[in-house]
Amino acid sequence: MEIQALIPVLNALCPMHLVLSATGHVAHAGETLRKLRPADQLVNARFLELFEVQRPRGLSSMQDLRRASGARLHLQFRDAPRTGFKGILVPWQDGAVVNLSFGISILDAVRDYALTSADFAATDMTVEMLYLVEAKSAAMEASRKLNQRLQVAKIAAEEQAFTDTLTGLKNRRALDHVLDRLGDSGAPFALMHLDLDYFKSVNDTLGHAAGDHVLQQVARILVDETREQDTIARVGGDEFVLVLHGLTDPARLDRIARRIIERLQTPIPFEGDTCRIAGSIGTTHSDLYRHPDVAAMMADADVALYASKREGRARHTVFDPEKGTEIAIPTVGQS
Amino acid sequence: MHGLINRAIECFVRDAYGDDRWAEVTRAAHLGFDGFEAMLRYDPSLTWRVLDAITDTLGKPRDDVLEDIGTYLVSHPNTEALRRLLRFGGVDFVDFLHSLDELPERARLAVDDLDLPRLELRDHAGNQFSLTVHGSYPGFGHVLVGVLRAMADDYGALVILDHRGSSGGTEEISVALVETAYAEGRSFHLGARAG
Repeated sequence: MEIQALIPVLNALCPMHLVLSATGHVAHAGETLRKLRPADQLVNARFLELFEVQRPRGLSSMQDLRRASGARLHLQFRDAPRTGFKGILVPWQDGAVVNLSFGISILDAVRDYALTSADFAATDMTVEMLYLVEAKSAAMEASRKLNQRLQVAKIAAEEQAFTDTLTGLKNRRALDHVLDRLGDSGAPFALMHLDLDYFKSVNDTLGHAAGDHVLQQVARILVDETREQDTIARVGGDEFVLVLHGLTDPARLDRIARRIIERLQTPIPFEGDTCRIAGSIGTTHSDLYRHPDVAAMMADADVALYASKREGRARHTVFDPEKGTEIAIPTVGQS
Repeated sequence: MHGLINRAIECFVRDAYGDDRWAEVTRAAHLGFDGFEAMLRYDPSLTWRVLDAITDTLGKPRDDVLEDIGTYLVSHPNTEALRRLLRFGGVDFVDFLHSLDELPERARLAVDDLDLPRLELRDHAGNQFSLTVHGSYPGFGHVLVGVLRAMADDYGALVILDHRGSSGGTEEISVALVETAYAEGRSFHLGARAG
């Protein structure tokens, strides 16, 4: 049977076929291939001069090509655009028939050659694949936009939140609100500034999970040792501020602070390890001022806190406005 | 109801009548939020509340609103991606009509939890077709009439469309193809991705 008789069949079933002569020259090219390169560039050209066969390697003659019968060929045009193809070659009499497909290079190919559905065989899934690529991109884009909006909403919600997510205590934002209201109301209150000692070494030696666990235990102690109406805020990595409403009695404040300091020294077990920390506290209260000013009081509680640290940690200091400086009241944990 | 459907209705109102009109609709429907997310699911009753609010606000019959939504989905520049996906269905309008049988499958390929009504095309003599819409979205047939009208335009075909009413949970649409290549139509390149 002459190859000529087969060509209408090939044209209908494989619009990207090439018929090769015994010498390895193109005798006939399918319709879609003729859309990729002009017919006169294809017909009578040597197949191996048109295409570079990348796999299998080392095919340099018609004999080599015929021996690669049935193997999956990877090839590309030698001239630009260097479209890549998958192919299969079947020897036919002393020549061969090669069928090509775009494979993964299809997205570039449809653009480079302005291909239409009619350029693909009716059974070819390429157009469905292109549909899928576009449909999935559109769906992905919708999801991406949703994620973006959710991310923005999350950041906004976090900015507006009053809770420290790790400890469940109030955060600095919430504390600022409480202090603003207190400053306006003129009601008596005390401010305690607590700073953990040795917390960084827990974080460094036992890891952040241990550090997080410690902070949660500290939060529990602070909640236990204060009343429901008091405000406890985590205002930094290992810094806490306690607002004790209606409390200005120095002896009571000292008892509360001592209990907290004592309990903070109890080792905290974590996954087989033991975390040891301590806490220093500086306190001030509204009775110490003629016109209590929240910002000034925070600064004074700070001064008292650093006096406690200087005195050797695990101490409580009440700010003394008379001296314009601070007095240290040594408490538990003296070492 | 899939957010894509609600979102399409929202975009129709916003693009055709403006954001203020949409805000009016959300208030009338007591929506409680500004707009729909395409990739979330919503209670089906919301969709009907919104559609009622649109027909009230626009003072148009619901069937007309639904058909306008269908036309909008294909012809507005903001919905170019959808037009392209539909154009993948066929090389000419008749080919496209035949692809409608697999519309639910095509939709699921793109978004696997999007359920569209099952469509059944019958090919009568003399370029007459009838399209049966099965399923649970009453009124979807009107949306489809709008889609078909705009797609015929897109392919450059001249058609006469008629919504023949609904019975027993199905809707019937008749399509009379007057001329396949009546006008130029809009171009469609496989490789030109919608932006």
